[in-house]
Amino acid sequence: MTATDTTSQVPQAAGDDVLKSGGARGRFPRIPDRIRRGGLPYLLLLPALVLELLIHILPMIIGMVMSFRGLTQFFIRNWSNAPWTGLHNYRVAVDFDAPIGKALLHSFYVTLGFTLLAVGLSWLVGTGTAVLMQENFRGRGLLRTIFLVPYALPAYAAIITWAFMFQRDNGLVNHVLHDQLHITDKPSFWLIGDNSFYALVIVAIWKSWPFAFLMVMAALQNIPRELYEAASIDGAGLWQQIRKITMPSLRPVNQVLVLVLFLWTFNDFNTPYVLFGKSAPESADLISIHIYQSSFDTWNFGSGSAMSVLLLLFLLVVTTVYLIFTSRGRKTSDG
Amino acid sequence: MRRIRAAAAVAITVSTLAGATACGGGSEAGGSNESPKTLTYWASNQGPSIPADKKILTPELKKFEKQTGIKVKLEVVPWSDLLKRILAATTSGQGPDVLNIGNTWSASLQATGALLPWNAKNFDAIGGRDRFVDAAVGSAGAEGKDPSAVPLYSLSYALYYNKKMFADAGIAQAPATWDELVADGKKISKNGTSGKWGLGAEGGNLSNNIHQAFVLGQQHGADFFDASGKPTFTSPGAVAAVKQYVDFMGKDKIIAPGNAEYAQNQSLSDFSKGKTAMVLWQAAASTFASQGMKPEDWGAAPVPVQSGTPGKGKNVNSMVAGINMAVFKNTKNTKGALQFVKFMTSTDEQKLLNKAYGSVPPVTAAQSDPAFNAPGVKVLKDTLSNSAAPLPQVASESQFETTVGTAIKELWADAAAGKAITTESVKAKLTKAQQQMTQ
Repeated sequence: MTATDTTSQVPQAAGDDVLKSGGARGRFPRIPDRIRRGGLPYLLLLPALVLELLIHILPMIIGMVMSFRGLTQFFIRNWSNAPWTGLHNYRVAVDFDAPIGKALLHSFYVTLGFTLLAVGLSWLVGTGTAVLMQENFRGRGLLRTIFLVPYALPAYAAIITWAFMFQRDNGLVNHVLHDQLHITDKPSFWLIGDNSFYALVIVAIWKSWPFAFLMVMAALQNIPRELYEAASIDGAGLWQQIRKITMPSLRPVNQVLVLVLFLWTFNDFNTPYVLFGKSAPESADLISIHIYQSSFDTWNFGSGSAMSVLLLLFLLVVTTVYLIFTSRGRKTSDG
Repeated sequence: MRRIRAAAAVAITVSTLAGATACGGGSEAGGSNESPKTLTYWASNQGPSIPADKKILTPELKKFEKQTGIKVKLEVVPWSDLLKRILAATTSGQGPDVLNIGNTWSASLQATGALLPWNAKNFDAIGGRDRFVDAAVGSAGAEGKDPSAVPLYSLSYALYYNKKMFADAGIAQAPATWDELVADGKKISKNGTSGKWGLGAEGGNLSNNIHQAFVLGQQHGADFFDASGKPTFTSPGAVAAVKQYVDFMGKDKIIAPGNAEYAQNQSLSDFSKGKTAMVLWQAAASTFASQGMKPEDWGAAPVPVQSGTPGKGKNVNSMVAGINMAVFKNTKNTKGALQFVKFMTSTDEQKLLNKAYGSVPPVTAAQSDPAFNAPGVKVLKDTLSNSAAPLPQVASESQFETTVGTAIKELWADAAAGKAITTESVKAKLTKAQQQMTQ
């Protein structure tokens, strides 16, 4: 509240001063001058900081506070009254012998497998296509545009289309696999049972490879052509050019790209929710859906918050380790 | 440089995750009003579409405005969003004045304390509690507490069957017991070789799974909750009920395996297309009509029982389904809200609205209208007054739908994949569901 007040007052004061000192041009009014010297950068950052605080930090702190409370439907109306249960929610979440902990651990493994597979393949497909698209050929512009379609489509519409295609009896996937190519001996289920994991991976790759493609393509265009020319004069083959020029130049981009893809995929909520609804099959029970179900469908918000905080800690640790690891590697390769 | 990059990455992590921690917080305030001359009303999506609902309700709201001078702002909320919207409104305190709730949520929402309790005084303001069918009021809150809502549209389950498919298979009349249903179903499906199927199911729809399991449970003497409100999902009766239901696909092979993934009423389209001979459904007439079936193509009969005929006691053959009308406790206009509920539950409006939606009026006086004695609707009406029971009115009903509904969904997937459904496998799934309830 006070923060907003300051921001709204300052321009006003400045305006007043400018009006007052109408004739004396060139001389900066007293108050803005002081702000200009010391606080202006901070002042300009303030709106962003306030918003960041309101939109990200505050809900996160509230979520953390909730995780220490027994917040169920009985207290949702006045959640600050929910009883303080200390670490109970956490203990339940990490008690891997009891059903809730066991289910959480299971969904954690599923998510990890899903993420590694989806990110790895998205990166591979994206990079491969970007490299191929470097050559100039007829229709390249058109192809590039088509490649970006999955990235540009609204997630919901795209995933629901996939859900239709994965239907057992009327879906396109079974129509092709079973009716036309006769690969399967009977129509398979994709949205329930064990196959749903692969359905999830396929949609996730389809959704995220264009981003990898876009990033890698942009990075590739920044590599000076002369490097390749010089290399080929020196007798380097295609593979050597990729290994010695392309890959090292892509390194900074890949470092960020893989991290971002990992975080997005690990937290992906849209894909499983639209494909499977609020209760995903066991084999595709991603952690985001699992936490959602724990909090919003069984009305145990405290427990759900505790699981979210655990997830946050896990991802922070992974990110930190990843950054230490990659920057160390970078240092040695640079120096 | 390195530090900046690390900070940026941490910032990405934190902001991506903030979404997870705080997800679901996006409450859309319905705007509780300060002035007594307006009301906000969240109607649940009852008709074939939201515009259709608006078309049905708007003239009635105009009528109400003419009578009382109170303007009602209508918002029709899809089912999939309704409970989330109510929860958000409850947390923020910014809800509508009047809203529709599914009657199975009554006790869960009652526990939040967000809804106005319907004590004798409030009931008097709308003409008294005895105007309503008893079972309908019974499904509006926990026993021994003032109901959290007032019944608006009542529904029950019936067995719908395709007359021509029955005749083709040489079946003279609708089955009255499950044994007969299985026998009839087998005549049609011929162990899954005929390309046609006996019965339809919505395996991916958690609520529907619960409704069927509850009815079969009642017939096996199981309640899913004990008197103190503790879950008893693994009682022999409950296990037998769930197994009996899933066996229709796994053992009896009268349900098509594809039904295991149905959740968007696909079983009704299969029925209309003549692929499936029977469905257990609430008020399906308007859907059949919209899919091109004529009223004489299908028949409606009471849902089968284990043996004998439906009636009071063990031979429950439907849950009391329906939509209730609740008043948000935070309303600044309780008087206007009560007036509006009185209007919507008045005999004339009840006749009109329930006719439009194909449901049964929970107001006794409105039931005398001949429209509710038409063949399809009469079965629903008789079931409601004779052999329907409300789902357990416990605060954790919502969890029950999620956990047990999911357990049954997983069992359908197993049955569809050809895995054996045994008493043990059913019990294991229900044990897991029950353990998730008690933390």
